Amino acid sequence: MVAVASTSPVRATPVKRRRWRARDFQGWLWASPWILGFVLWTLGPMLWSLYLAFTRYSIIRAPIWVGLDNFQRAFQGGDSLFWPSMGRTFTWALVMVPLSLMGSLLTALMLNQGLRGTAILRTLFFIPSLTPAVALAVLWRWIYQPDFGALNYLLRELGVSSPPAWLADARFAMPSLMVMTLWGAVGGGTMLIFLAGLQGIPQELYEAAEIDGAGRAARFRNVTLPLLTPTIFFNLIIGVIAALRTFTTAFVATGGGPNYATWFYILHLYQTAFQNFELGYASALAWIFFVIVIGLTLANLRLSRRWVYYEGEEAI
Amino acid sequence: MTATGVEPKPPEPSEARQSSMPLDQRIRRVFLYAGSILLAVMFSSPFVFSVASSLKTVAEIHSFPPTLLPAVPQWENYVAVFSLKGVPFAQFYLNSALITFTSMFGTITTAAVSAYGFARFKWPGRDAMFMVLLSTLVLPEEVVLIPKFLMFNNVPKALIGKTLIDTYWPLILPSWFGGGAFNVFLLRQFFMQIPRDFDEAAVLDGASSRQIFWMIMLPLSRPALATVAVFSFLGQWNDFIHPLIYLNTSDKFPLSLGLRYFQQQPTDAMEPREHLLMAASLLMVAPAITVYLFAQRYFVRGIVMSGIKG
Repeated sequence: MVAVASTSPVRATPVKRRRWRARDFQGWLWASPWILGFVLWTLGPMLWSLYLAFTRYSIIRAPIWVGLDNFQRAFQGGDSLFWPSMGRTFTWALVMVPLSLMGSLLTALMLNQGLRGTAILRTLFFIPSLTPAVALAVLWRWIYQPDFGALNYLLRELGVSSPPAWLADARFAMPSLMVMTLWGAVGGGTMLIFLAGLQGIPQELYEAAEIDGAGRAARFRNVTLPLLTPTIFFNLIIGVIAALRTFTTAFVATGGGPNYATWFYILHLYQTAFQNFELGYASALAWIFFVIVIGLTLANLRLSRRWVYYEGEEAI
Repeated sequence: MTATGVEPKPPEPSEARQSSMPLDQRIRRVFLYAGSILLAVMFSSPFVFSVASSLKTVAEIHSFPPTLLPAVPQWENYVAVFSLKGVPFAQFYLNSALITFTSMFGTITTAAVSAYGFARFKWPGRDAMFMVLLSTLVLPEEVVLIPKFLMFNNVPKALIGKTLIDTYWPLILPSWFGGGAFNVFLLRQFFMQIPRDFDEAAVLDGASSRQIFWMIMLPLSRPALATVAVFSFLGQWNDFIHPLIYLNTSDKFPLSLGLRYFQQQPTDAMEPREHLLMAASLLMVAPAITVYLFAQRYFVRGIVMSGIKG
């Protein structure tokens, strides 16, 4: 009430508004490519898929409204691959997010030591992350190839008589995918962001800590880590989303197999939508995924208040 | 693996730091160098192996036990990739180039235009719209795959009587609408750093906002535009899921789909083609690495900017 009353006098200044109207319109016009794109390629499609999530639809015939059927089918066992693919995707994220964050942080710390040849090392670490996911999968399939691949060659040289078939073995397919994905992720953008974060920590703080008698470990714990928490937080948010979206590497390297061992959620979504053409049910799957991703991101934002340290006025 | 685990002992604060290089410091450096060499080997050995494989002969690629290096490097394998039976690899390359450059051009122009609208004009709803823009950064694209497919199938069918599936329109057209929130964000941040005095001086000289955009903003933002160009190049070049959904005819495939198509071709056990598959993969990786090496500066800047504020 109070707020409304206090803002209304400001709103009632017709002279000012009229003067700015032409320029307002200009601003809208300039920004319009993105705004139009947002409506056309994001907002509109999201609403469309929300509607489709409550229908049965296979392109050939018009969508039929089925209420909550699709969600019941997903949650109550009508789709035997729903929970397994969800579980697999979460397992993947639970393993991959901490591993890739720690790997990237350690690599960044190493590059931040002022060693000779750091620029070359940075490029060497970074190049795997430039490898297109398809090419990465094709290259690693050959490395994992049971008979002629480099990995089993190495293992045989080391005396392992019958090394596993890696991607072709349901027990090893998941860890194999993890290793190849880590190879392509650890030295990439996440590492560069960590490196920038590390370089943004004021040198004086280290000097001050040293004068206070803090050893290397203490300085890492009390200076580096707290000042790096915003960077860790950013990489965490991006990392969780990326892990949940895993698709291309698995799709090309294993096709979701063997025996559904690497059947991730987005693979399931793709299969349902574009192989089986169950577009209504697949839209429900897409919206479930969307809600999970947004929910996790919001939860991360909320939890961040407990552990992310913002220096002075540098709030988000 | 590295830094923190390797520390021998916390150095004595005063004396240990004074001398040029005390023993524990030297040990620490040895460990650091050893660690970084180990990491470098781990990161590069898969490439070394695939390059070695790509240079092997047909006999070598399936010899058992395998050899690590080819006896004589077969450089002609890289030529043979372009004349494979049943796999139009040269065509894939051209298709990729076509899709990548048309989308890249669309992304640069429309992202710059949109960013200018966000950076230099104060219009009603601008700040709310900017929040929307930022929130789309965490939006998983998978949610809109199905309706976007329908937009390119059903809508054109109703309007012009034919589907746009199996054409390049669905891959290129979306780039011409701002080219993604991240690019608009990046350019907007950059435009904001250009002093407004420049605009005001230009306005006094009678410049329109279009002229300010062309003659002040764009020339001063070359590094940011290069960053956007690099990101958009890599994004399109590496994209897999969109071509997978939209394209059916193998002649129209870009490299990402083409490589998988090649990999899935039934192979004759007598005539293995893995060495050519490796060569093909590396031919797809090469432009990405080249672009990175040439534009490293911009690239790193762009990534770092993405981390400054989400």
